[in-house]
Amino acid sequence: MNTAESNISPSAPVDAPLITGNQSFSSVTRRISEIVEVELKKTPKAWYIAFSITSSLAGMMTLMIGWLLWEGTGIWGLNNPVGWGWAIVNFVFWVGIGHAGTLISAILFLFRQRWRTSINRFAEAMTIFAVICAGIFPGIHVGRAWVAYYMFPIPNQMDMWPNFRSPLLWDVFAVGTYFTVSCLFWYVGLIPDLATLRDRAVNKVRKAILALFSLGWRGSNRQWRHYEKAYLILAGIATPLVLSVHSVVSMDFAVGVVPGWHTTIFPPYFVAGAIFSGFAMVMTLAIIARKVYSLEDFITMHHLENMNKIILVTGTMVGYAYACEFFIAWYGANTYERAIFINRAVGPYAWAYWTMVTCNVIVPQLFWFRRWRRNIVWMFIASILVNVGMWFERFVITVTSLSQDFMPSSWDYYTPTIFDIGIFIGSFGVFLTLFLLFLRFLPMIAMSEVKGILPEADPHYYKAQEIKDKQVIGTEGEQVQLS
Amino acid sequence: MAQVFPKWMNFLPIPLALGAAGSAVFAAGLIWYYGSPEYTDVGYRPKQPVAFSHRLHAGELGMDCRYCHASVELSHEANIPPTQTCMNCHHMIGTENEKLQPIRDSFESGDPIEWIRVHMLPEYAYFDHSVHLRAGVGCASCHGNVAEMDIVEQKQPLSMGWCLDCHRNPDQHLRDLTQTKVTDMSWVPPDNQNDLAKRLIQDKQLNPPEDCSACHR
Repeated sequence: MNTAESNISPSAPVDAPLITGNQSFSSVTRRISEIVEVELKKTPKAWYIAFSITSSLAGMMTLMIGWLLWEGTGIWGLNNPVGWGWAIVNFVFWVGIGHAGTLISAILFLFRQRWRTSINRFAEAMTIFAVICAGIFPGIHVGRAWVAYYMFPIPNQMDMWPNFRSPLLWDVFAVGTYFTVSCLFWYVGLIPDLATLRDRAVNKVRKAILALFSLGWRGSNRQWRHYEKAYLILAGIATPLVLSVHSVVSMDFAVGVVPGWHTTIFPPYFVAGAIFSGFAMVMTLAIIARKVYSLEDFITMHHLENMNKIILVTGTMVGYAYACEFFIAWYGANTYERAIFINRAVGPYAWAYWTMVTCNVIVPQLFWFRRWRRNIVWMFIASILVNVGMWFERFVITVTSLSQDFMPSSWDYYTPTIFDIGIFIGSFGVFLTLFLLFLRFLPMIAMSEVKGILPEADPHYYKAQEIKDKQVIGTEGEQVQLS
Repeated sequence: MAQVFPKWMNFLPIPLALGAAGSAVFAAGLIWYYGSPEYTDVGYRPKQPVAFSHRLHAGELGMDCRYCHASVELSHEANIPPTQTCMNCHHMIGTENEKLQPIRDSFESGDPIEWIRVHMLPEYAYFDHSVHLRAGVGCASCHGNVAEMDIVEQKQPLSMGWCLDCHRNPDQHLRDLTQTKVTDMSWVPPDNQNDLAKRLIQDKQLNPPEDCSACHR
């Protein structure tokens, strides 16, 4: 066995540990569970203040939507050439944000990226809430929301059937599937943690509710084996969705013949943009949550830096797509295509275009430098700027192409009304309200998964411990024999 | 760790799931049956202000529909006749008949009789009687055998799906107008109806539209 000795070096992590603060299984449970186990009366005041603001915004949006249904889409700034305004911009914006969750939980899971465990739970939650916000907009954009069921293939006395050649229908299925799978994935991931909370619960009602939702989880070996298989399968199902959903959303535009929309680069370009904005949103929320709940041990600088790297990559991809669009407009020699792109850069919406370029392409470039990647203040600002930029990207795509369409006599400038703006801000209210409820009532970090990446979880951990002990106790150079 | 729920609860999930699925199917079935115009609209038979009998006039007396509903071949609308049309005959026939008192009153005062509409299409659906008649679709295809009704009632659902059924496959409703009247209530498709329909469709170049804007203009 002597030859093997050089390899003995125990499988203790070579890199810096992912979870700091010398956490053990029990300290992870305690630390994460205690956040949600606070009695209702002892909920921090700051939470109540934040919740009242966000829920008021959500309420404002509900009222505005009520008025919209009563009065019609005329209350928005839509005009003759621009038939797709903020509602569609916001839809794409929110769906895009909803991409980070599944990327983190499914793709990074399949790639065995152990650092995902600290952020996957609330990235998934964020995904679900973002998709809910996204779902609001097409529903109200149809104008007659009470016939929104026309979008679904439901047999009816009108013999009406959705047009399966329309990307708008693909959207319904793509987003619907994505939402369903994200919810399932999130819930399956929650089961062991809900069981942990159940076992810790003192209050009988709380215990019963948690017991109901933890589906009788007892953490037995057999359950874990089934569970991990199920999780792997779900990850496999969710992975293509990360790429397909925003591809389909991009086809809403790309299938149309409008110059500036009709480009084959759209699907990959949209997917990159979606991951870009999604990670930025995770970043914004993670920075706040880790500060407020003092979770620096769990969401370490290492996690943040990794996310910044992804933001840098996807941001650069988006920048490449912008450049490519201009190149093809020139190289393709289509007069209308050229005109619309020149118009984007120097036309009436140039201010929006350059806001987009600055936020999406230039801002992330600072992340090439380690110092900026590890600067909390800068990454917080950058994450917000990225989402500003990504919102403007959808605005530029949707509005500039439409406002100067094929008929110059109908060209018009799009100006949003108070209702456009109010409903958009209100959607943030919905999003943050749901997120605050999540932070308050569900474990925001996947305890069971974090435990899985602790050194303690390594089957050889105790041997590594032995070695360490011997190294401390024994004389220097003593060989350790492992049977 | 004590169990939170008693053991018998293990039996609940399957019955609950089956129950939920069953209720969903049941609810869909209820809506399917009771919500369709077939249930809600067919058989609508309001009491009219005058006891006018189509069975007597169109059936026993054999009057042509177009005597009263004169505009049906010319206009999108099959008009409700003015009191004058009634009085063409009834100024001589049944002058003492009490049932006809409202007609005489209306004629004297000039106030039209407020007939109650039986066949109602929504405002957003455009329908043209004349074009259907020219194509050879008989009255009875949509209105049923009016010549046998004392009080007119709705016989068909008039739903969009019902319209489309015929627009997609009109064969059984097309008449050869050189052989039969469009108003003939007792018409039944002849044995060679399929060939006949094929010929009619070719000759008249019939192409029933199925696009949205055909009816929703």
